[in-house]
Amino acid sequence: MRTSRVIAATALVAALTVTATACGGGSDTGSGGGNSAPKSLTYWASNQGTSIENDKQVLEPELRKFEQQTGIKVNLEVVPWSDLLNRILAATASGQGPDVLNIGNTWSASLQATGALLPWDEATFAKIGGKDRFLPSTIASAGAPGKDPAAVPLYSMAYGLYYNKKMFAAAGIDKAPATWDEFQADAQKLTKDGKYGLAIEGGNVSENVHHAFTFGKQNGADFFDASGKPKFDSPEAVKAIKQYVDFIAKDKVAAPGNAEYSNNQTLSDFATGKAAMIMWQSAGANLKSQGMNPEDYGVAPLPIPAGATGDKAIKSMVAGINLAVFKNTKNLDGSLQFVKFMTSNEEQKTLNSTYGNIPPVKEAGKDPVFATPDLTTLNDVLATSSAPLPQVANESQFETLVGTAVKNLLAAAAAGKPVTEDSVKAELTKAQQQMPAS
Amino acid sequence: MRQRLRRLRHPRGALPYLLLLPALALELLIHLVPMVVGIVMSFKQLTQFFIRDWSAAPWTGLGNYRMAVDFSAPVGQSLLNSFWTTCCFTILSVGLSWLLGTAAAIYMQDAFRGRGILRALFLVPYALPVYAAVITWSFMFQRDTGLINHVLVDQLHLMDEKPFWLIGDNSFTALVVVSVWKSWPFAFLTLMAGLQNIPRELYEASSMDGAGVWQQIRKITLPSLRPVNQVLVLVLFLWTFNDFNTPYVLFGKSAPEAADLISIHIYQSSFVTWNFGVGSAMSVLLLLFLLLVTAVYLFLTSRRRDADA
Amino acid sequence: MPKAPVSPMAPPASFKWSRRVFLLLLSAFVLTPLFVMISSSMKPLQDVQGAFSWIPSSFTLQPYVDIWTTVPLGDYFVNSLIVSVSATALSVVIAIFAAYAVSRYRFRGRKLFTVTVLSTQMFPGILFLLPLFLIFVNIGNSTGIALLGSRGGLILTYLTFSLPFSIWMLVGYFDSIPRDLDEAAAVDGCGPLRTLLKIVVPAAVPGIVAVSVYAFMTAWGEVLFASVMTNQTTRTLAVGLQGYATQNNVYWNQVMAASLVVSIPVVAGFLLLQRYLVAGLTAGAVK
Repeated sequence: MRTSRVIAATALVAALTVTATACGGGSDTGSGGGNSAPKSLTYWASNQGTSIENDKQVLEPELRKFEQQTGIKVNLEVVPWSDLLNRILAATASGQGPDVLNIGNTWSASLQATGALLPWDEATFAKIGGKDRFLPSTIASAGAPGKDPAAVPLYSMAYGLYYNKKMFAAAGIDKAPATWDEFQADAQKLTKDGKYGLAIEGGNVSENVHHAFTFGKQNGADFFDASGKPKFDSPEAVKAIKQYVDFIAKDKVAAPGNAEYSNNQTLSDFATGKAAMIMWQSAGANLKSQGMNPEDYGVAPLPIPAGATGDKAIKSMVAGINLAVFKNTKNLDGSLQFVKFMTSNEEQKTLNSTYGNIPPVKEAGKDPVFATPDLTTLNDVLATSSAPLPQVANESQFETLVGTAVKNLLAAAAAGKPVTEDSVKAELTKAQQQMPAS
Repeated sequence: MRQRLRRLRHPRGALPYLLLLPALALELLIHLVPMVVGIVMSFKQLTQFFIRDWSAAPWTGLGNYRMAVDFSAPVGQSLLNSFWTTCCFTILSVGLSWLLGTAAAIYMQDAFRGRGILRALFLVPYALPVYAAVITWSFMFQRDTGLINHVLVDQLHLMDEKPFWLIGDNSFTALVVVSVWKSWPFAFLTLMAGLQNIPRELYEASSMDGAGVWQQIRKITLPSLRPVNQVLVLVLFLWTFNDFNTPYVLFGKSAPEAADLISIHIYQSSFVTWNFGVGSAMSVLLLLFLLLVTAVYLFLTSRRRDADA
Repeated sequence: MPKAPVSPMAPPASFKWSRRVFLLLLSAFVLTPLFVMISSSMKPLQDVQGAFSWIPSSFTLQPYVDIWTTVPLGDYFVNSLIVSVSATALSVVIAIFAAYAVSRYRFRGRKLFTVTVLSTQMFPGILFLLPLFLIFVNIGNSTGIALLGSRGGLILTYLTFSLPFSIWMLVGYFDSIPRDLDEAAAVDGCGPLRTLLKIVVPAAVPGIVAVSVYAFMTAWGEVLFASVMTNQTTRTLAVGLQGYATQNNVYWNQVMAASLVVSIPVVAGFLLLQRYLVAGLTAGAVK
């Protein structure tokens, strides 16, 4: 009696499950895309402006322009960063999502691996004016090497060394350091009276991994080999990460407290003169809100090892946002038209200048709006000496694991524990062992 | 004194089932079916490559489980670590929350001036949005500019050097404090309601017998609260064990090892890395563990209740 | 009511003193973060993360003005209120019926029901988020009822979150209500449902209020499901507050100000409900 009831209950649950899974997922439309709803589009924008409302104010006039040109109505939703990846995940799993969406460019290869995004082959690119219109480094950040990109670059940015002009002058330093040796000398000079030469966002995993990547490049380390296998604990990588951790551990040019910064305290420290330099991207708007005006600081490329060339002179990752088309779109032609519109010279100029970014479209970047000293510097870095983070399907694991390893090392350094090559290597080995086998 | 569990007898009646139907139907739809789907997922190699089409994901049998419980490999090791951390955290947090809640409820059982205000005040932590409450604590725990170090080091001079609270080993303490702050009002509220059902006469009778306040608390109040406590402690336990928001807001994507709770761990193994197979396997293991704990707990507490009756 | 010589109304000095000390310390523990929140909400942004001092050096009410334009706080608040109140009402009603059945009847499957319902609370939410999402998509595709992105879907989800414990807690409260009352009602000719509504529910008001508060707060504070299942028109507060954290700037002072503002109605609601918690005092004493 009792068992039969349990069996009945189990059967019911199982039946429901089968129904749920059978029709769940797998809403694969094969070739993907169609044109059954040609008159409207849903667009998920990421939060680029000072607030979500601000984004709407910026984008809506442009979308109206698009509607006038094409007759296609764009339903805009600005998705906060805290939700964006999970929303994309749910959309991918269910097949029910937007037509066009913004993605962080470091997600490109991961999302590409899901097959949810429309691949941009030559023919597709031709519909929006060709691949050559974009800076090559930004195209490289839109998908795994050797594959058709999963997205199109939309906004770009690069890391720069922000320095406090007044503090530099007071310490008798007349120009931004170009090599790490110069940087050391300057930072030591600036570190006194409770003020520090540098501030870093040591508790922020993403910031850590971005710097680990740049420092790694400069030391000749790649975190993945050509076949995509992780190699986090190479001697070069150890050296690179030790260089970064030593800002707190050995050189003591950054305050120990930096090890826990994860709420943009770095910017506060810089704005209030507690630190003379920071390595950051697009800090302007935030600094202004904290009372620091553009004339108070300068922006220079990140230092490099003396005499370095090629990959060892990489000064930044390619930071930015890509625009992707969801494969399940019911308005493929309209989506492509929309991408073409958003990457047109005109829109690129308007949107990137509003948001304080650099256009990935070369032509648009030549506009005088982007000719300020700061942006010229960063534009140059982006065009000549930047590289995308590893475009591998497991990028997010890499980011989390290596970023956390660096965070742990910084925490140890801040607590006064010695940081040696061995301890760095041990952390990185541990991180590597947690990478999935594939 | 104690109510014997005498139940009305309608053995063949359909009424109880009708009463249960809405609850059962909804739980089935929203919880049980997804849960079974989750269990199915745990036997699949459901990585980002297959997320679009689950049925195509290859079966791995127990592969995900083997990976999760291989305690000699880093993945299993860190899971085990996280598991113990979560156990310690849960026991401490639930214990303290319960203690504070009980003490406050008993102390505030009788009217005194300001009771109403205090009662409202004590419920505020429960009413605040989690995000803001935890962010505020993270401000307070900041090493250089936080209130905690300001009081401990600058004002009370209890320590020479400012300790870190959000990274390193102290992060465990920080997590427990925030968690207790957030959950003790719930214990307080529940017990306060429970206290209302204790008949006054019990106290009056025992007063006649010469029992003091403390004795009354021990002999009447606490035993009478036992049915409420049985549920409350379990609620708090399951809640705290699975708490995701507090560590996530306090530490971000990567919690310090000392405060690496299982919920964050599973979140990382599934949502951050999109490997839902392994994440599900870990969750199923967690489910089994919690079922076991709950069963043992219910067995022990019910037996004691029956023995008392 | 005759007053006993040593009643709990007049506790001894040791009790009073320990009560004072305990409540004082507890208040400090509860108040300190609230103080920080309030003071942070009245600071200019650049001061929020500055060195701590008990008395802020500068003071502004601007954050309280800005919160309404940085994010559509009013809309989020209304969404949260609709979702939380509906989920609470439904959950409590359904739980009362179920708890009554479990408390007052012995029937086949009673244990099974209790265990099954309880076990649903042990599966980490993050894992059934995705399956649930798919189920909602399928329901939408096959019946045309749009649960995703709608408040309805969220209400349905939240009510089941609080249901198991609500049932369980109410069973506990119902069990502590003397069955003599039920039997007396039965003798008077009341059917089971009338007994439930006329006798059991009124006697369990404090418990029901506590459970309602629990159900409300469960829905009010939930983040993960809301972040995936809502869109810009149905977004709830718990998720919406994160809108003050943008890519380049986090408006801490506004986060605090907004949290305080939206918590005021909730706390006020608690205050109103307190009357019923106290009212239960007499109800519970009736014998």
